[in-house]
Amino acid sequence: MEAGIVSWGVYLPYWRLERQSIGRAFGTATGRGQRAVASYDEDTTSMAVEAGRRALAAPGVPEPADLFFSTPAPAYLDKTNATTIHAGLGLSPDTGAYDLCGSVRSGWATVQLAALAGARSPAMAVVSDLRTGLPGGPDETQGGDGAVAFVFAPDGGVTERLGHASTTDEFLDRWRVPGESTSRQWEDRFGEEAYLPLARSVFGRALTDAGITASDVDHLIVTGLHARAVATLKKALGVPGDRVAPDHAGLIGNLGAAQSGLQLADVLERASVGQVIVVLEVADGADAQVLRTTAALPAVQDARREAGLRPVAELVTEGRSDLAYAVFLSWRGQLHREPPRRPDPERPDAPASLRGEGWKYGFNASRCTACGFRHLPPTRICLSCQAVDQMVPERMADLEGTVATWTVDHLAFSLSPPLVGAVIDFDGGGRYRGEMTDVDPESVAVGTRVAMTFRRLYTTDGIHNYFWKARPVTDGTIGEPEPVQPGAHRAEGAPAS
Amino acid sequence: MTSAGIRDRVAIVGMGCTRFGELWDQGTNDLLTDAAIECTTSAGVAIDAIDAFWLGTLGAGNSGITLSKPLKIGYKPVTRVENFCATGSEAFRNACYAVASGAYELVMAIGVEKLKDSGYSGLTGIHKVGDGTNASLSSPAAFSFLVPAYCHKYGVDPEEMGSVLNRIAWKNHQNGAVNPRAQYQKEVSLEKIAASPRVAGQLGVFDCSGVSDGAAAALICRSEDAYKYTDSPLFVKGLSLVAGPAAGAIDPDYDYTTFEEVVRSAADAYQQAGVTDPRSQLAMAEVHDCFTPTELVLMEDLGFAERGTAWKEVMAGTFDRDGELPVNPDGGLKSFGHPIGATGLRMLFECWLQLRRQAPPERQVATVTEGGRTLGLTHNLGGAPGECVSFVGVVGTEPSD
Repeated sequence: MEAGIVSWGVYLPYWRLERQSIGRAFGTATGRGQRAVASYDEDTTSMAVEAGRRALAAPGVPEPADLFFSTPAPAYLDKTNATTIHAGLGLSPDTGAYDLCGSVRSGWATVQLAALAGARSPAMAVVSDLRTGLPGGPDETQGGDGAVAFVFAPDGGVTERLGHASTTDEFLDRWRVPGESTSRQWEDRFGEEAYLPLARSVFGRALTDAGITASDVDHLIVTGLHARAVATLKKALGVPGDRVAPDHAGLIGNLGAAQSGLQLADVLERASVGQVIVVLEVADGADAQVLRTTAALPAVQDARREAGLRPVAELVTEGRSDLAYAVFLSWRGQLHREPPRRPDPERPDAPASLRGEGWKYGFNASRCTACGFRHLPPTRICLSCQAVDQMVPERMADLEGTVATWTVDHLAFSLSPPLVGAVIDFDGGGRYRGEMTDVDPESVAVGTRVAMTFRRLYTTDGIHNYFWKARPVTDGTIGEPEPVQPGAHRAEGAPAS
Repeated sequence: MTSAGIRDRVAIVGMGCTRFGELWDQGTNDLLTDAAIECTTSAGVAIDAIDAFWLGTLGAGNSGITLSKPLKIGYKPVTRVENFCATGSEAFRNACYAVASGAYELVMAIGVEKLKDSGYSGLTGIHKVGDGTNASLSSPAAFSFLVPAYCHKYGVDPEEMGSVLNRIAWKNHQNGAVNPRAQYQKEVSLEKIAASPRVAGQLGVFDCSGVSDGAAAALICRSEDAYKYTDSPLFVKGLSLVAGPAAGAIDPDYDYTTFEEVVRSAADAYQQAGVTDPRSQLAMAEVHDCFTPTELVLMEDLGFAERGTAWKEVMAGTFDRDGELPVNPDGGLKSFGHPIGATGLRMLFECWLQLRRQAPPERQVATVTEGGRTLGLTHNLGGAPGECVSFVGVVGTEPSD
């Protein structure tokens, strides 16, 4: 028994790199179009938090009891990355949070695992990828960065699974030794020859398992990092071209492990009741599943629109594309840029980070129960009424705010100077002074509306310093404030007993 | 706030102040030695005659040994104090209280900072990292928040605001140009100021105080003993220091056009000193012009201009050296840089020269020589808008009855 999808979230970073800017730098011809680029302060974990937030932002989405995370580009090894995502999402401490990291194919398994776990109690799968390659190479040009999240639950699913099939083969198509930042590939034509029969076989078996034929397929999704194999398969499976889901690769690139999820989300946002969706992914073999949309879909689509969640079809057309190639290279560590003459930041302290977990990861203020005043960061004594230890934690991450004043700091340490600082006044009270990101410094003004976003501020001694920044509201409200369950987080205002 | 103050109970009877600048050839020990010796020499005493010491420094060293070792102080109390950028004033304030209490007869307040050995731009290393969530804004960025907020509140065009800030920098550099102790002893044209590279927000390089090394010292005794050391002591009229609850950083009601800490400390110091109209009663003011918008806002917070009008007063020249109320006649932090522990005492040193008519004729303020005013003010600010400590002190040449 498998659960159906009850919600999904897609996060695409703000930046796009024009492929022609790569060609200009090398004096060669490069294909047209853009790729999505994670900013200097993003990684697969921070993007996963953003995708997860969007999946949880629609009304009525149950809180997951388990969180499964997958990426081929994990921020940490040994240490679980899903715990950071769990904390960033402000989930209950009684939630399980697990990584299934490494290969691209583990993304598929992660979603299947969440579907299985979701039959018992709500479960979330988050798949995030940050595709890099050597400068000028096809992985750099054709890859893209982003994350997707799905929530599965025993009831209310917008999909039901009709069938599935998998096949596995051991061959060298794409590989990367731990520690290397870019992957290597065997000759293109070899991979194509290897994948085509596997994919055809899996497609046929999945249809048989579902008891349908190719003509019953309303939406065909074919994904994989092997572009030639994917392009051939789209035409070779007997599904008419107008039923093959768009990959948006010209606008954002191939999101790797997150690509099939992106396309499935896109289809779910357009599909009608009773339609058949086939998702086929080629990676070290092939996997396919056959889904059918349920009567619950239209209500979920409407609720997402009302919550201001933007569809994939819109997200892929947005983004800022004036990113200089040299800046992109510096973000990916391929170009070492002169930093401001300032000391490098020190690593955050582990005990202080644990004490401040509710603040650092959940962006929880402390609100005075005596007078209602909100404190960011949390404090024990109220500024307004001096009440002592009368605080409750309150999650501010999903509230919007307004810029009270701002600055562009050319002196402060930043991985991509200049740093934009702002004083943010939150709707309903609370002020915070912090950093802005995804922002054109010229466009900030007193009164600019901002939302919070989870970021990696910097990395020192191998410790990623995650925290929240503000960015101009670009993709709508991502959710109303939700009360934090007592005890869900240790806030300074409510010390754990 | 209830503070009785110690009006006229103690007096400054000697002072010393090094040249401020990028003093590659002088270490902390040299700076302390030079300031202390100039100070004791001016009062005609030896270091041995001093009963106790207060050393102000943010980062030049910890503990009283930082001072007792280079000065070879023989088994005396030496207290090292730190209070952000008000550190120098804080050393002075505590030294004054020690004398006023009767515990000691003659004490020294001395401040030092050796910033230029770090190799970095601007100030560094004030904040602990903790959980890593503190915004890593630089000081100019934190103070540049004042600019759009002030423009927004009072309807000042940003370009006009630029001219106002440029004029503050220009005025302080004019003053510093004729001061041999200043880090920068050159006039700077308004055009050059306006064209300087941006540092943060609307602030360019010339909107920021420099980074320098320096030291300054004051010798303090009971007022009744003052004339044993000098014919022209400076009497301490009022001393106020407040630390705010950092309200502005978390309270949406704070609008970034004022420092509440300054307003409170000024009111307290004026009350102690009997000052009711600072603009007409003070002969001069040394204020914490760490950045040009800071000086602008201070003119209102210290009661030198009505709310929303300081920018006009600046353009009218009210605070020029030959204006109605000279502000930073020595050149301010703008010309001296800001060796943190030394700055408050450097400000006091300018009062020492000006009020006692010992400034060179080319820069002696007429409010003393012609206006007959006898009071001077020093003001220090540490932290950032919305989250700071503020010191205001008033000194004067005449003991009151």
